[in-house]
Amino acid sequence: MLRTSAAVVAGKVARAATRLRGGGSALPGLVVEKVDPRFLTHALADLPRGVVVVTGTNGKTTTTKMLVAILREHGLTVFTNPTGSNFTRGVISSMLAEIPLSGRLKADIAVLELDEAHALKFADEVRPTHSLLLNVARDQLDRFAEIDHTANLLAELAEQTTTSVVLNIDDSFVSRIAGRVRKGVTVSYFGVDPSIADRLPELQEADVRFEDDFTPPQPSARDGLLKPHDERSFEVRFGNDERVGPMVLKQRGLAAMINATAATSTAKALLANEFRDVDAVAALERVTPPFGRGEVIDADGQPLELVLVKNPAGFTVALGTYGSAPVTTMVAINDNYADGRDVSWLYDVSFESLRDKGVALTSGVRAYDMALRLKYDDVAVSEVEPDLEVALERFLTAYRDEPRRIFCTYTAMMTLRRKLAARYGLAKFGEDPA
Amino acid sequence: MSTSGATSSDTTSIGTTSIGTTGSDTPSKGRIKLVHIYPREMSIYGDLGNTRCLASRLRWHGYEPVIHQHHPGNDFPTDAHLVLGGGGQDSGQARVEDDLAHNARALRALAADGTPMLMICGMYQLFGNAFITVEGERLPGIGILDVTTQGNAKRMIGPVVLETAYGDVVGYENHSGSTQLGPGQQPFGRVKSGMGNNGTDRTEGAVRDNVFGSYLHGPMLPANPVLADALIRLAVERALGEPFVPGHVDDLFADQARTRQVRRLVG
Repeated sequence: MLRTSAAVVAGKVARAATRLRGGGSALPGLVVEKVDPRFLTHALADLPRGVVVVTGTNGKTTTTKMLVAILREHGLTVFTNPTGSNFTRGVISSMLAEIPLSGRLKADIAVLELDEAHALKFADEVRPTHSLLLNVARDQLDRFAEIDHTANLLAELAEQTTTSVVLNIDDSFVSRIAGRVRKGVTVSYFGVDPSIADRLPELQEADVRFEDDFTPPQPSARDGLLKPHDERSFEVRFGNDERVGPMVLKQRGLAAMINATAATSTAKALLANEFRDVDAVAALERVTPPFGRGEVIDADGQPLELVLVKNPAGFTVALGTYGSAPVTTMVAINDNYADGRDVSWLYDVSFESLRDKGVALTSGVRAYDMALRLKYDDVAVSEVEPDLEVALERFLTAYRDEPRRIFCTYTAMMTLRRKLAARYGLAKFGEDPA
Repeated sequence: MSTSGATSSDTTSIGTTSIGTTGSDTPSKGRIKLVHIYPREMSIYGDLGNTRCLASRLRWHGYEPVIHQHHPGNDFPTDAHLVLGGGGQDSGQARVEDDLAHNARALRALAADGTPMLMICGMYQLFGNAFITVEGERLPGIGILDVTTQGNAKRMIGPVVLETAYGDVVGYENHSGSTQLGPGQQPFGRVKSGMGNNGTDRTEGAVRDNVFGSYLHGPMLPANPVLADALIRLAVERALGEPFVPGHVDDLFADQARTRQVRRLVG
């Protein structure tokens, strides 16, 4: 107890210090872990409605935000880690603002976005009551080595989960995990309605999946299926009779719709009879895109979209989402640890949708590799400027009077967004208002 | 939905519009057939980019590339002018083993006849004598390159710079196998930065006849156009029986990408 209180105090001090410096969000959590290694177990014990872990390669941040919004709309007090700092330290850091000296979090439920590898480390300390497993795609193979390995991490997390798991029915890496959950744990699914099965390639890579020894499960009335009406409007269907929607999200694209479907299915599994579809729709329609995930910034009166890309599936989805409305484009590629140090994955993305308009600027440490990649898809590049700040300045001034879009890897996004926040008075990263 | 079937239309995953067109008004100097083996099972690290690179460069040089993707169970095209293969997962290697054994004789004959080949990572290992797993099991390769690979618990991961007959070559390695060259087997390059074949003897890859094996992803060819054109030269001479006549290709981006990596990694 004393150790926990000491950890809380130390963490709060570290948090205040890093916020003054405008620094990273993981450091205070690191301080707490040093003082009290059992802090997380203690803090999340006894939450009346348990601990939900959201993980998978793509869509973690958006889906978590949507699920939290639905649960709050139902009147629950929800603890979450909204900053995208999805390692255990990040989770602890995000607790420090609200946690009392007792070190016990006051909330009905925790909904946590966790990195695939760290989700297991987290589960060693805190058994999740519920898991939402989104998808598996090629991502940062320098960290995860193989997709099969990533898939296995998710399966191990499912094995650690005590009450229910929600799985992607269309991703065989994920849906086959149903066979690995403990006895008594409920399995439900989310996915796309069979009527739009032909659009699955927009959401996942098919070429690495081998279905020869696997039969996909049949959806039941417990499982939410995405049924789009048009480019923006969609509903989530449960069986033949029940539907949530129609609704229109602030964030564009099929990927956002499938994230909303995952969040809705999970909320329904969590809330059971308490689930109200009108509240779910109201909450989802208000959710703003998380920082850098299709966030739209007003830059001198013109929209500037910041789109995070980190793996072939994500970049392909982003190009499909935004490619139908081509605007002046910049692509910023770094190769730090958080970006993935190997940039080979750029060759698993087709950039042909950028060909008509071309790309105004490539930037980041691997600016020339990106320009080279575009050249191989016959996409013209007007300028290459590895320095992110110089490139951003040029992009903002030279194309001042037109809508613009920046596709960027994680650390490039952090740098660009910091500059944009200072210039246009945006909320700082980690201070997401909703 | 069908995964077997026609081979001639299997070009979609490389991008359809840049393939099979000459891209210029001048008549083609000739057709060159590129065969990419196991693009589904053995190309999770972007190695299809090598095939895309060669196809585009052939067009830029005025030749007409024809791409054939070879999948397990299909007939192997023995009229290949250049054969490419990439890296996969352990499960991918297991899926191609039987087909590779079935076609080993054809591949060995093509190699002995001087067909240029570029085998990356997993396919480099399978082109060797054997892969010995951590548990000591010996999985035979097809023996085109005199190398033997020992499975390791630890992976060798990171950016690489090599000194080669084609100048500095940059790429990215990500392998758990530790590869030893047989006596007299020439490496592809000398490691200036990174681990290479085994992290100890500074060798990387292997070359025999016109068969190149290497651990380098990146993918390897786009940022190393001298190597790409060397493969093209061999393929053109084999296909047409006449010297390669290069066209004008602007390699500014490739040269910048490569020299910047060299500067970052070896100063």
